[in-house]
Amino acid sequence: MDWLTTFIDTAPIFLKGMLLTFQLTVVSVIIAIAVGLLFAFLKISKIKILEVIADVYIFVVRGTPLVVQIFIFYFGLTSLNISDFWAVVLGLAFHNGAYIAEIFRGAIQSIDKGQMEAGRSLGMTRSLAMRRIILPQASRRALPPLGNQFIIALKDSSLASFIGMYELFNVATTQGSISYDYMTYLLIVAVYYLVLVLFFSIIVSLIEKRMSISD
Amino acid sequence: MTKSIIVEVNKLNKSFGDLHVLKDIDLTVKESDVVCLIGASGSGKSTLLRCLNFLEMKDSGSISIESEEIDQHTHDLNAVRQKVGMVFQHFHLFPHKTVLENVMEAPLHVKKQPKVQVKKEAQELLKKVGLSDKENVYPSKLSGGQKQRVAIARALAMKPDIMLFDEPTSALDPELVGEVLTTMKELAEEGMTMVVVTHEMGFAKEVADWAVYMHDGRIVEVGHPDELFTAPKEERTKNFLDSVL
Ligand SMILES: Nc1ncnc2c1ncn2[C@@H]1O[C@H](COP(=O)(O)OP(=O)(O)OP(=O)(O)O)[C@@H](O)[C@H]1O
Ligand SMILES: [Mg+2]
Repeated sequence: MDWLTTFIDTAPIFLKGMLLTFQLTVVSVIIAIAVGLLFAFLKISKIKILEVIADVYIFVVRGTPLVVQIFIFYFGLTSLNISDFWAVVLGLAFHNGAYIAEIFRGAIQSIDKGQMEAGRSLGMTRSLAMRRIILPQASRRALPPLGNQFIIALKDSSLASFIGMYELFNVATTQGSISYDYMTYLLIVAVYYLVLVLFFSIIVSLIEKRMSISD
Repeated sequence: MTKSIIVEVNKLNKSFGDLHVLKDIDLTVKESDVVCLIGASGSGKSTLLRCLNFLEMKDSGSISIESEEIDQHTHDLNAVRQKVGMVFQHFHLFPHKTVLENVMEAPLHVKKQPKVQVKKEAQELLKKVGLSDKENVYPSKLSGGQKQRVAIARALAMKPDIMLFDEPTSALDPELVGEVLTTMKELAEEGMTMVVVTHEMGFAKEVADWAVYMHDGRIVEVGHPDELFTAPKEERTKNFLDSVL
């Protein structure tokens, strides 16, 4: 079968692309989690100015296309001698950070107020109770939507092809344009994405299982 | 023997917006006193308890803990709360920690005591409330009565000078009320100072040194439980007792 032969023959270049897709996603999501946590805290800080800063950030991310954000980061950061890779990673992190901030905020606010009060009644400071009591429970609740956001980020990283990053999607379109046979390569790349998504879904559900021993 | 004063409240007032919830509350609790607080829903019992450990901030009046007036703006309230234990109606155990970890949490991370010692004391406390066999179980696996006994052990682990109980048995199935009351009774017999919001008149009669009846944000009547429950002086107390008994 033709398609299968092509699939096998092109495996080396697609695997290279997959590695880059993987790196872009993992690094940007790790940064986005830190950014998201920070902005989630700003949003629940009850300090007006900090809340406004978080609101503006989230509004900007939601209100503009991701591809625009990536281009702004790309042109902005590469002019400061930052590499293409890091420009795209930071663009993706900026974007996902807003969604992850909302995930964390929701998770933290979903924890029963009695938990904070119980901690406080034992003499804990607000921040100690947040760290030891609220956050461990909130991260458990945040895990399913975080896993979901991770998968969105993985697929969104295909937009890095627009600025020439040789990740999965770019490999497919490049091969397609060389051979004038886009369909074959698009179907191949779809398989790679599905495998990646499946792989991460399994990891997320394994973590969920491990974290749910106390329920 | 003169007993020292643990809590002294003078002219305490508290409002939530326009709602004046506590009105000129005066209350003195001495060492090893057991005080039962009764009153209709919304009369301000919980709010009073919560003011005593500063989960709620007073608007005016004074609160002294062990003869030291607490200024809620300048005092280290976390240090004050370490001395004032609190047990809630809905337990509020930490669901992500085992029973033993729940009890160890505050001595370990607030007082920063050595782990070996904390563990030993936590195990003793769990033995005292009859839950030694549940040490490594998560709260979700416990009955309501067991949860509340763990919550009591958790509060005791900080070695408080006074324990506040806010309707500790009213979320429990009737058959589980007894075990919690027994634990509280033992605590009272050991000389713990306690303020208990409760509708368990039997417990109040048996254990309390005196009872306080609150109505609409005021303390209407104070007396020995036997007298207050059987021969209340105030008409409002009488009406309330008629309605609950
Ligand atoms: N955080 C709050 N914000 C606004 N109003 C409140 C708050 N907490 C309590 N209240 C109001 O204050 C009044 C007294 O409440 P409190 O909880 O002290 O009553 P209670 O005597 O404990 O009643 P119950 O027996 O139902 O527990 C009620 O009218 C209640 O609605
Ligand atoms: Mg109440």
